Amino acid sequence: MSDQTLPLSIQDLTVAWHRRPVIWDVEFDVSPGRLVGIVGPNGAGKSTLLKAVMDLVPKASGRVEIFGRPWRESRQRVGYVPQRESVDWDFPVSVLDVVTMGLYGRIGWFGRVRRVHREAARRALEQVGIGELADRQISQLSGGQQQRTFLARALVQEADLYLMDEPFAAVDAATEQAIVGILRSMRAAGRTAVVIHHDLHTVPDYFDSVVLLNMRVVAEGPTHEVFTRENLERTYGGRLTLLEEATEALRRREQRL
Amino acid sequence: MTDVLDWTWQYDGVILLTGILCAVAASLPGNFLVLRRTSLLGDAVSHAVLPGIAAAFLLTHSRTGAVLFVGAVVAGLLTAVLTELIRDIGSVDEGASTGVVFTTLFAAGLVLIVQAADAVDLDPGCVLYGALEDSPLQTVRIVGTEIPRVALTLAGVLLLNLLFVVLFFKELLISSFDPGLATTGGYSARLVHYLLMIVVAITAVASFEAAGNILVVAMFIVPPSSALLLTTRLSRMIWLSAGIAAISAVAGHFSAIVLPRWLGYRSISTAGMMTLCAGLCFLIAALFSPSAGVLTGWVRRVRLSLRILCEDLLALLYRIEERGSVPGGAGRSDVSNGQSGVFGDAGFEYLAKKLLCSRRLLILAGWIQQYRGNLVREGPAWRLTDSGRRVASLLVRSHRLWESYLATEGVGPGRIHRQAETLEHYTSEGLRNRLDTGVADGAVDPHGSRIPREDDFRIPPVS
Repeated sequence: MSDQTLPLSIQDLTVAWHRRPVIWDVEFDVSPGRLVGIVGPNGAGKSTLLKAVMDLVPKASGRVEIFGRPWRESRQRVGYVPQRESVDWDFPVSVLDVVTMGLYGRIGWFGRVRRVHREAARRALEQVGIGELADRQISQLSGGQQQRTFLARALVQEADLYLMDEPFAAVDAATEQAIVGILRSMRAAGRTAVVIHHDLHTVPDYFDSVVLLNMRVVAEGPTHEVFTRENLERTYGGRLTLLEEATEALRRREQRL
Repeated sequence: MTDVLDWTWQYDGVILLTGILCAVAASLPGNFLVLRRTSLLGDAVSHAVLPGIAAAFLLTHSRTGAVLFVGAVVAGLLTAVLTELIRDIGSVDEGASTGVVFTTLFAAGLVLIVQAADAVDLDPGCVLYGALEDSPLQTVRIVGTEIPRVALTLAGVLLLNLLFVVLFFKELLISSFDPGLATTGGYSARLVHYLLMIVVAITAVASFEAAGNILVVAMFIVPPSSALLLTTRLSRMIWLSAGIAAISAVAGHFSAIVLPRWLGYRSISTAGMMTLCAGLCFLIAALFSPSAGVLTGWVRRVRLSLRILCEDLLALLYRIEERGSVPGGAGRSDVSNGQSGVFGDAGFEYLAKKLLCSRRLLILAGWIQQYRGNLVREGPAWRLTDSGRRVASLLVRSHRLWESYLATEGVGPGRIHRQAETLEHYTSEGLRNRLDTGVADGAVDPHGSRIPREDDFRIPPVS
């Protein structure tokens, strides 16, 4: 039943925060070797979706399979690129240290970071075009360079499925092109990436398929079929969806108690 | 020396050793408290010692050190767990939830201790200030030698903390920097957090008897915070914090001996003085930190503006040479024998006015350039030397190249001079050459002045 070749399969996934659902009954599959964009308004639960896939937030219900197995068994095959703001960029570490952290999962408890690891990290930095910054402290990086550092850290993991939380947020044009180039070479190598994306204009250009998310999946499928004006209006529509109205009513009721 | 300080190794040596052991042991895990922005948690865990000991006694009616020790460590852990729980349930920030938990627990401890106090030798005052001065008095016998008990415990704790930081360096680093990545990589950030809390609790419990809460809480936080100001690498930060902790302990003990005599007090709490010295170390780090130091920043700004003034002085003298005269007859030029310069009071006034600086600063800049061999002062006259002329020509070259470049980029003629004035000080030879090829033929600038060439005044190498 569970397909070992399927990088990501999500069934009936619901995540709630203080009994208020953040994502509701999300269900979709991601085929191998594709770049998948996740698009939706702020607060639509895009980051939560990725975190729930990796067990970083508890699921209220639902099942997630990665290459046909639960997360815990296949986490070595997944590379995660969190939002840039999720870490403290004044932390006393060098760019190379941060990239090397991508290999910690493979090194394991008590294992030492060796030269091979640092060399792999250096190569990844070259790949994203900031090899010369390897020994800088991370506080000296620009926004685009921070994002490239995170990308290098993901590359070094040599994962088969990448989950990226807004890698294009507030980066310069050159960095955006570099990231797109890397995503495409990943795809050429048969890897899969699920990317949260904000800029609607570039969606058809960057992604093979798209998931339109607003608490639940409004539409998902190949970009040319799904990324339509009608679907976007349903995703970003000004009116509250019935679901949101219901949860809002639920919350007000609870507060009155 | 020994006389002046009233120093005895059996007594002071032990106090000093105990202080150093306690300070260094606490500073090691403290680095991660600071980096995780959970500094207050160290404070909270240390305060849980009191209710922990009281509860352990009331539950077991045992006065054995080990039982009380375990009770205190458990209470410390409970603080950490409760803090996290209240933060999540109550939707308050970490600081508030820490405050709620540890004040409540500490108060509970104060209530309980009234019950336990008769049986357990525990004095709330001692919890705060410690009794470092008593540490030499209690000894245990090991292989025929009397060893102070507290020092022995603290040495064990120091060893434990050292092993913890070295063995779990990678795990502590990744879970402090990026808990999400740590957890997805198989290093449960929560597990590492609680391991750290266990170590913090053990350190706090072992230290409190000797040093009291104040010293251990200070040593968790102050040396690592100072070290963070001084370096940009975690491993260096850890060793540096240990060094600062040790220095604070040594300085604290000596001042606790010396200060009472100077001030006429009877005695001063050693732990208090050690803490005070750690605070002083932080102050020094905050003033002189290479990245964020208050004084460092000021010195850097002053040096930069002085450097710019010195460079502007040379460039101005070059321009005067080029023109051949100064308005008002303050200077003259005789290019044929290289004799040119600025003279007398009028010349001075002119330079100061053009460079927008006071006479005193101008004299300082002139003195600096004279020292560097770029300027000679012959009586009232200031002249460029050969090397000064070369430096100046390159500055003027940078300036005029930038003006040409900015003009071709469409910057208005009124603004190119001011922008070039800033850019000229940050232009390397490589950049100049790139500007040169980018800008027409590079012969004259938009104002019609000749752009000096890179090798105009190159000094031939001495063979």
